[in-house]
Amino acid sequence: MGPDVVKEANVETLCSCEEEKAVADIVGRYRDTDGVLVDVLHDVQSAFKYLPDSVLRRVSAELRLPLSRVYGVATFYSGFRFTPPPRNEIKVCTGTACHVRGAPGVLKVFEDTLGIAAGERTSDGWVGLETVSCIGCCALAPALVVNGAIRRGKDASKVIENLEPIDRGDEDVA
Amino acid sequence: MLRSAEDLIARRERLRGGEEMPECCIRVCAGTGCRATGGYETYEEFKRLADPDRVQVRPTGCQGFCEKGPLVIIEPHEIFYQRVLPSDAAKILDITVGRDVALQNLLVDDPVTREVSRAKREVRFYGKQLPIVLSLCGRVDPAEIDDYIAEGGYGALAKVLSSMTPEEVIEEVKLSGLRGRGGAGFLAGVKWESGRRAFGDTKYVIANGDEGDPGAFMDRSIMEGDPHSVLEGMIICAYAVGKCRHGYIYVREEYPLAVKHLEVAIAQARETGLLGHDILGSGFGFDIEIRRGAGAFVCGESTALMFSIEGVRGMPRVTPPRSVEAGLFGKPTVLNNVETLANIPWIITEGADWFRSMGTEDSPGTKVFALTGKVRNTGLIEVPMGITMREVVNEIGGGVLGDRRIKAVQVGGPSGGCLPKEHLDLPLDFDSLDKVGAMMGSGGLVVMDEDDCMVDVARYFLSFTQVESCGKCPPCRIGTFEMLTILNRITQGDGRPGDIELLEAIGTQVRETSLCGLGQSAPNPVLSTIRHFREEYEAHVNMGYCPGGVCAGLGSYRIVDEECILCGLCKDVCAYAAVVDGHRSYFIDNETCTACRACLGVCPVDCIVVEPATKKVVTP
Repeated sequence: MGPDVVKEANVETLCSCEEEKAVADIVGRYRDTDGVLVDVLHDVQSAFKYLPDSVLRRVSAELRLPLSRVYGVATFYSGFRFTPPPRNEIKVCTGTACHVRGAPGVLKVFEDTLGIAAGERTSDGWVGLETVSCIGCCALAPALVVNGAIRRGKDASKVIENLEPIDRGDEDVA
Repeated sequence: MLRSAEDLIARRERLRGGEEMPECCIRVCAGTGCRATGGYETYEEFKRLADPDRVQVRPTGCQGFCEKGPLVIIEPHEIFYQRVLPSDAAKILDITVGRDVALQNLLVDDPVTREVSRAKREVRFYGKQLPIVLSLCGRVDPAEIDDYIAEGGYGALAKVLSSMTPEEVIEEVKLSGLRGRGGAGFLAGVKWESGRRAFGDTKYVIANGDEGDPGAFMDRSIMEGDPHSVLEGMIICAYAVGKCRHGYIYVREEYPLAVKHLEVAIAQARETGLLGHDILGSGFGFDIEIRRGAGAFVCGESTALMFSIEGVRGMPRVTPPRSVEAGLFGKPTVLNNVETLANIPWIITEGADWFRSMGTEDSPGTKVFALTGKVRNTGLIEVPMGITMREVVNEIGGGVLGDRRIKAVQVGGPSGGCLPKEHLDLPLDFDSLDKVGAMMGSGGLVVMDEDDCMVDVARYFLSFTQVESCGKCPPCRIGTFEMLTILNRITQGDGRPGDIELLEAIGTQVRETSLCGLGQSAPNPVLSTIRHFREEYEAHVNMGYCPGGVCAGLGSYRIVDEECILCGLCKDVCAYAAVVDGHRSYFIDNETCTACRACLGVCPVDCIVVEPATKKVVTP
């Protein structure tokens, strides 16, 4: 049985059986290792696409760590998110090389076309626009990450045309 | 399973002598850079079409010349192709492999001389390079341990385990003068020795692959393209430090391919008996685990990185105690950068004297740089220490893009500084860079031309460090915020007299009083640009003018009548109605103009000029 945190939580925040099993599986993988919280959160995020509150409570119970500690760590790292991802995710690299080779202009194309600012998503959840500090593809500067695939910034307008209504990796090669 | 050093040598000989392997080998770059332009699809197409009895097809790590990707090398013809699309595969197999004729349109032509090169070594980009750490990256298939063994891999480990004491290993590394490639340049051998001397029953070795500097991708390419060299370096380090059974590689989560290749490499090394309880039958046991970062730049700092591995917030702590005395889980810990570790097998195999024959007296060896920005040839390069920046930019980089002239090279990312064009003949090594206020950092070189604004660049870096500051110590948390506020003001045209001096004063304080390396080096980009480009700051503050033409909100706008074609686009685009339609001419009313630059963007003949303004009267 988990510690008191879970017992005291109200019914809405308790997670479903499937969620509970998924979290138990993930934590089970790290049973005998030290300091696994960051890795568990990574795996939870890849399983659930984000970190729902109910699941984080489950993580806290499984790892026997205070919920404050779980949230403290999860909010410290910018790689974790607490809302479901948009259907299409565009990350504009604003690393140094991209910056001097015109990343601000690329970002502006997306902002103007989509009508949202960096860090926002369209109201229907179709596209989310973010900036990322460096993806290490400086030779392709300015670079973009579209649904996980790295693209050249000059293809910005083509990227918008080719966005999928469903979340599928944008694999085509221009 | 290899049970002794002899087993390893036997396996290497068998792999090398493998007559069943076809002579022709197509090496397709499948590093992150080439993948982005379709390198993996090209590889798959070759794999689908090639006859496995006649041609081997291998996906390799980064071959360096990312600008021209996807890259393909064909052996034994020694042909180097650029921008190879899947549709080219059939033609290459037919004409180049079948008939030994090079396809002219796929060869690299020099951007300056227009000369066409056939072999990789003839390409000017590679001419001045000296690949040591990268010599296997782009040759071996990173997902095949046998490729690495066939090239002599794990030979250094076998030598260490069968014939060297830990003290001898440390002595060799000390003699080589290898300095940490992560930025600070601390002597690796000395660090290992302190680790060995530290008191403790358990010790740890960590490879730092948290390459967070924007503009740097050296460590990523090594981890992706030659992961076994990092593992081998770590195992040797663990043997030398002693009492060390467990090691960690800390990798940025933004590098999924690096994580994947390291996972494969570790699994293969375990299966082969190169990791685990009894490595090569020596009785020495060591294992490695990967830990992923989660998007916090500060975790590249050693103490923060260790906290992150422990599963808590990655905030640096006060040193001493140094990590070699009390690091991960409170135990003595030796932390090295990925590139430093990748140098180790070479030093052990070839000896310290060989290593010292390259580079300079105080910075021996080579350094991998990521050459990016406004140069014709961008990509990953490895050069001997002490090479001049001019050689790097002009010879390897092929000069500045377009017809512009170079203004500066930014070295070392957000912790480094700008090297102005007057210092281009400075040798690239740890100490020379330090002297002019720049820093080796992890090795990002971003070339900037006349169109770049140094104040904007400084503002850019500071906006990065300000966001990434963990907030633990006030000098960094508040200091970077205040500096950014001032820089934002200056780049928006609201600079006040005394702002430059204020930046210098705050910057110096932040540098001297911050807790960790991030804070201590955060003001570097600002202080070094003020040092070398003070006149640009003064132009922004006193004349309301951006010499690079980058900062919006600055300067006085004028339409040059002689060049204007009266198209009226500028009038249409101006949201503030500042463009006035005169009789047979347009002019800009600078009282109404907000200097938003919209008209500059639409003018088809570029007849709008920005000049120093006198109108801005700013009162603090």
